[in-house]
Amino acid sequence: MNTIVRFDQTPSWQLIRSSFLTLWRMPAYALPTILFPVGFYVFFGVILNPGLAQWMLATFGTFGVMGTALFAFGVSVSTERSQGWWLLLRAAPTPFAAVLAGKLATVIAFSLMIVLSMAWIAALFAGVRLETGQWLALFAVLIMGAVPFSLVGLALGMWLSPNAAPAVINLIYLPLAILSGLWIPVSQLPGIMQSLAVWLPPYHVAGLALHVTGTQAGPWVQHLSALLVFTMFSAVLAAVAWRRFKGV
Amino acid sequence: MEYAIRATGLVHRYGKQVALHGVDLACAPGKLVALLGPNGAGKTTLVKLLLGVFAPQQGSVQVAGGDPRQRATRQAIGTMLQISGVPENLTVTELADLFASLYPEPLSRMSTLGLAQVDDLARRRFGQLSGGQRQRVLLALALIGQPKLLILDEPGSGLDPASRRALGELIRAQRERGTTVLLCTHDLEEAARLADEVVIVDRGHIIAQGTPRELTRSLPERRVYCRTGLSNADLERLPGFCRVSFTDGSAEILVRDTNAFIQALLTADPALEDLSVAGASLEDAFLTLTGTVNKEPA
Repeated sequence: MNTIVRFDQTPSWQLIRSSFLTLWRMPAYALPTILFPVGFYVFFGVILNPGLAQWMLATFGTFGVMGTALFAFGVSVSTERSQGWWLLLRAAPTPFAAVLAGKLATVIAFSLMIVLSMAWIAALFAGVRLETGQWLALFAVLIMGAVPFSLVGLALGMWLSPNAAPAVINLIYLPLAILSGLWIPVSQLPGIMQSLAVWLPPYHVAGLALHVTGTQAGPWVQHLSALLVFTMFSAVLAAVAWRRFKGV
Repeated sequence: MEYAIRATGLVHRYGKQVALHGVDLACAPGKLVALLGPNGAGKTTLVKLLLGVFAPQQGSVQVAGGDPRQRATRQAIGTMLQISGVPENLTVTELADLFASLYPEPLSRMSTLGLAQVDDLARRRFGQLSGGQRQRVLLALALIGQPKLLILDEPGSGLDPASRRALGELIRAQRERGTTVLLCTHDLEEAARLADEVVIVDRGHIIAQGTPRELTRSLPERRVYCRTGLSNADLERLPGFCRVSFTDGSAEILVRDTNAFIQALLTADPALEDLSVAGASLEDAFLTLTGTVNKEPA
């Protein structure tokens, strides 16, 4: 008896939905991941440096997607793994790849909320004007930029306990953001920090975002290559963490 | 006959520590089988093997006619685990819809919630529920795929006696509908009340399997009840004595050679009152078989 399964009755959709709702209803996650980057953008990009509003749209956008990816994966994976939810899902006939895909979809949804609110603020209050193609390219770059950070978050979530995860992720997230020039342009950082930035993934996400919006033409081939290498590296890291995980 | 659960020669090690030493287990379909064992006996490891969470290191597992490592096999199984870690901010309805999506022919949401008597909680978030309500919701999630086999690991742990009993009745009702149930429990009274068959695991071995009656009848022990002025030490000296417990001045004595014991008891305490003798309980069988008898304080 073959009945047609509605898409909202598929495991993939249900897992996206439950993963999204779990984080959306968790103020400790949803508020900081959305309000901090958007709030910082308003303060630094729109109020303090209106001349840099377009530039900071790219860098704080990167800051936002990076945070939501690291925290969504890192914290929820470590919690769900250590509290037995993953064990129950595994004992049930869950297609486990869909659990991870559901989390990635959640990260993309949160990323879009962050980036679209920043774009709206930029256009409305800071007079940022971009071509339609440039807007779309900006969103595409930032969403793609969320993928490697999701993989890093997954690896951290597999390794860390739920208590350690938020602290460790903050220790990685904030310094990485500053050293990559997301808050202050790299050119205004001390010389030694400038040479460090090219080794950091967020620098290249932001660089690519600046390039596609026509804000600052840059070595986009280099940025893109660096991101591909970083994505492959994080995929290996996540795969190693996954193999160590024996299901409990 | 096709078994609902068939495990042969299962060995499982955690590093150097051996959790299961060649376990053989066969459960007929349609029975409620209680899996009993002290903490650390290997029950949870066995459950993880039966659910395909672990691959057998040695030996083989067949459940519901297939390999539990296959998703299709697990679609015929419903399960409750000791710790479930369900996200607390999802509602009962959302959880039911999620689990329904994992099975080919799920029950409707309302009929599943009705089976577990949680239909009135559909809109509540999991985190707002009491312990008994949570366990019933988890039972609903286990039932939603219309399983042929239910594997329940300590479903009643942490519940008050009334909720525990209510949950037991719901589980028994599933057995009446023809579902095979494997119930891991610490609660011997519950096992005796609900189970068609009892399997006792100890230190990684299955040491007994049979109906509760078979297990208790095979024991040489009997229970002797009386009111006596004798002390613990006096009783210990009598022939056939195993152990004693006192409640409200009335003694409950487990003995091995009943005739010799009672003769000696009547000689030692002519003022003895309210003497009666009963067969051993499942608890006695459990304690004797797992060798924990002597550890229990008198």
